[in-house]
Amino acid sequence: MNGKFWKYVPQNLELEAEEDLRNFLRYLLAHPTPGSAGATGTWRTLKPVIHVDKCVKCGMCWLYCPENVITWRPGEYPSIDYTYCKGCGVCSSVCPRGAIEMVVEGE
Amino acid sequence: MARVQVVAAYPITPQTIIVERIAEMVERGELNAKYIRVESEHSALAAVYGAAMGGARAFTATSSHGLLYMYEMLWWAAYSKAPIVMAVVTRTIGPPWNIHSDHHDILSVRDSGWIIAMAENVQEAFDLTLQAFRIGEDKRVLQPVMVGLDAFVLSHTAEPLELPEQSDVDAWLPPREPLPFVMEPGKPFAVGNVGPNEFTMELRWCVWRAMERAKRVIKEVDEEYRKIAGRSYGGLVERYRLEDAKYVVVAWGAWCGDMKEAVDILRSEGYPIGLLRIRFARPFPREELIEAASGAKAMLVMDRAVSMGMEGIFSMEVKSVVGGRVPVKNVVAGLGGVDVSYDEFVEIFRKFIDEYESGKYIDWTLPEWYMPWRGGSR
Repeated sequence: MNGKFWKYVPQNLELEAEEDLRNFLRYLLAHPTPGSAGATGTWRTLKPVIHVDKCVKCGMCWLYCPENVITWRPGEYPSIDYTYCKGCGVCSSVCPRGAIEMVVEGE
Repeated sequence: MARVQVVAAYPITPQTIIVERIAEMVERGELNAKYIRVESEHSALAAVYGAAMGGARAFTATSSHGLLYMYEMLWWAAYSKAPIVMAVVTRTIGPPWNIHSDHHDILSVRDSGWIIAMAENVQEAFDLTLQAFRIGEDKRVLQPVMVGLDAFVLSHTAEPLELPEQSDVDAWLPPREPLPFVMEPGKPFAVGNVGPNEFTMELRWCVWRAMERAKRVIKEVDEEYRKIAGRSYGGLVERYRLEDAKYVVVAWGAWCGDMKEAVDILRSEGYPIGLLRIRFARPFPREELIEAASGAKAMLVMDRAVSMGMEGIFSMEVKSVVGGRVPVKNVVAGLGGVDVSYDEFVEIFRKFIDEYESGKYIDWTLPEWYMPWRGGSR
């Protein structure tokens, strides 16, 4: 009963249950850490740039960013973490002042 | 009695009484639980699953179409090993619209990973529901448990009940442990994310092993329960007059009560017949079935649910375990809640025995449908 073909006849229920629980938790649960998918910023073709002269610090971009790469506190300007920003453009699209411009990456 | 903490259910005949009484008990303060009103059974099981993920002891109840409505969530709960208890009042699936009992609804979900039990009388329905919490939450099992009871025959029948002492129950059924895992706000993690396919198979292997272990846990719990309530039923099956039985009837549900009457009548006429009443369809009682078949000449499986295009559901399961050792006859009866009385069982059992003794069991490959209003079995 090892290698490729497996049968299960319960012997020591408590021990086997403990081992199964450890495996189960390892395969079923995921504890995400920041950046656990790698440097997704390398995926960008367009990059959001915040024009602070137009920004009114409303926080909409922070609220809508699907990747949580925008940091903002009330009363401050938002800032974007370009290591992970994928360039989706949602922030630019929801900004009520049009303060975020999507520029082609590399310019 | 089980000190449930969260109940979310949607009413459906014949389960409505359960939902209404629980709501009343919560309202009166007799049951210290949160009752969540939901708009559908899918939401009911989703809410109960969420509560179980949060560490609460949770309960719901449903029937036929309600069970089908929560189909997706059933699998989700079982594959993530959430110890939930659900009462399923078995009711015919439409069309046509029919509120009476047959077993298609509960048996249609037997692959899901839920432990599935069925009561014969109201006392057993109570005992099983209480035991369900103990079995499902046992750290060697950790699977959701379904307790079945026949529509109207059990759900709307009043019987005097013997209850164990609350203090004894509390000692035997302690508060739920945070197993297999508990979600807390502030400590987020993901459950069931996409991963390599091998992870999925490993998870299924975990559920499989839990089901195999559950067989022994169920027997232990049955014995433990005898100490606090004075009753035990025999574990995965109940053996009725099987000691020297040469003809064994296999079935489950409330109609087994009438079958026992028929067995007694035939026994008094000298037929060596007995009844193996299945209490748990999942995990399936393989060993008990093999043991019963070892001394038997033939077996009769009475099915109240049939798989269209194949045969009676229990017949398929029984044949897969003992079909090679004894001839097995399948009779499909009582669909749609059609009543089968004990003297009709006498007729069915007598015919089964006569067919075996006259060698006609060669014809037993096809299931027989018992429809007496047509003037006899087909």
